[in-house]
Amino acid sequence: MKTILSAQQLTLTVKRLAHQILEHNASLQDTVIIGLQPRGIFLSDRIVTELRGLVQPGAIQYGKLDITFYRDDVRQGLHIANSTDIPFSLENKHVILMDDVLYTGRTIRAALDALLDFGRPSKVSLCVLIDRRFSRELPIQPDFSGKTIDTIISQKVKVCWKERDEVDEVVLV
Amino acid sequence: MKLSTKHLLGIKDLTRDDIQLILSTAEQFKEVLQRPVKKVPSLRDVTIVNLFYENSTRTRMSFELAEKRLSADVLNFAATTSSAAKGETLLDTVNNILSMKVDMVVMRHSASGAPHFLAKHIPAAIVNAGDGINEHPTQALLDAFSMKEKLGKLEGLKVAIIGDIMHSRVALSNMYLLKKMGAEITIAGPPTLIPKYIEQALDVRVEYNLKKALQWCDVANVLRIQLERQNQPLFSSLREYNLVYGINRKLLESLGKEIVIMHPGPINRGVELDSDVADGPFSIILNQVENGVAVRMAVLYLLANEQG
Repeated sequence: MKTILSAQQLTLTVKRLAHQILEHNASLQDTVIIGLQPRGIFLSDRIVTELRGLVQPGAIQYGKLDITFYRDDVRQGLHIANSTDIPFSLENKHVILMDDVLYTGRTIRAALDALLDFGRPSKVSLCVLIDRRFSRELPIQPDFSGKTIDTIISQKVKVCWKERDEVDEVVLV
Repeated sequence: MKLSTKHLLGIKDLTRDDIQLILSTAEQFKEVLQRPVKKVPSLRDVTIVNLFYENSTRTRMSFELAEKRLSADVLNFAATTSSAAKGETLLDTVNNILSMKVDMVVMRHSASGAPHFLAKHIPAAIVNAGDGINEHPTQALLDAFSMKEKLGKLEGLKVAIIGDIMHSRVALSNMYLLKKMGAEITIAGPPTLIPKYIEQALDVRVEYNLKKALQWCDVANVLRIQLERQNQPLFSSLREYNLVYGINRKLLESLGKEIVIMHPGPINRGVELDSDVADGPFSIILNQVENGVAVRMAVLYLLANEQG
């Protein structure tokens, strides 16, 4: 087991991602943040909290998306759906998708499909905590990435959040 | 977690976990139905036939809509306009349909046990959409979903099932389901429409006085008088039934408490329910219909994933 990010590094990384997002979208006007269920929402919760301290708190629209019904491996075993909560239209919005680990890219592919059912965004960006860059199966790349790592398929990246796993850390198993 | 069964033949075969899984999945589908685009691609490689040997408005349309919202391909079969009218047997009919590469069968039949018979002889997944006087599992699931949505829980809920219990598949499925989920049940209606020994067989209370039953319950699930299944007179007239067992606004207001009124449809207005109740503020009848689509989507989605 190898530590990729310690608790302190994880906190700093979240802060950096929030600032990078602001750097590219100064006022966050017409920007919408969508966390991906189930594990991406821990990252999006933290980044949204960070952003609310940096801009007018009311300026941020934040939703949660579950992509279970859009998966490309539906018939290969049952996946339990989590809740989706996007109580606003995405029409002409800049959507920033957030997930914990970018691996094959298939989850993001499904998320892009799902997003279109809430309106047509003017732009979609991707923000991930960990980018396993050599494992992609689809042409999908992040716009904001906490840490880029080189892994092989047999390895597993485990992201732990205090809210759920009692400790903040990212390890390679 | 997955369903413990390959078919949905009746609530009798489901576990408590199965029911919980279906209801929680249905919640997610209900959210899908509020979106600008009310459709997901989950079952786009699945073909489903709706095999209806008995008339239906709500159930057939609800299943068809659920299938379309899941992107499945849909075939509709109505016995009256098919070769069943020329004498083709049920098994022949289904085998011919399946040879056209159909994956799932949603069926309604006037003979109790028809879907169980099919399940033994064909490889496709079967969803029972009502068989004779046996079960109507998706109706019980959508009833439970609607009760839970309205009142927050099923455990400990007091439910009165009122009317033609004898001929009602809705009643039987509801009783199985509510028992499994820990609700309390009282059956109410005229003695001639309540099967003997039902108290012992299903561990429910029986009450012949309508007002007492209503005063006891949180939810009244009112059933349709099924004249088409009664081959002998079981009460003297519909007017008399309405006087003794019909629910009207005045009766509800005399209870001194609010109860939720449900009905699986179609309503005999002026018989088991008066219009001032059916269309009144306590009725969640149209919510039941709305929830039916989400619940059926959940059932089809979960069963399709069992086929592997």
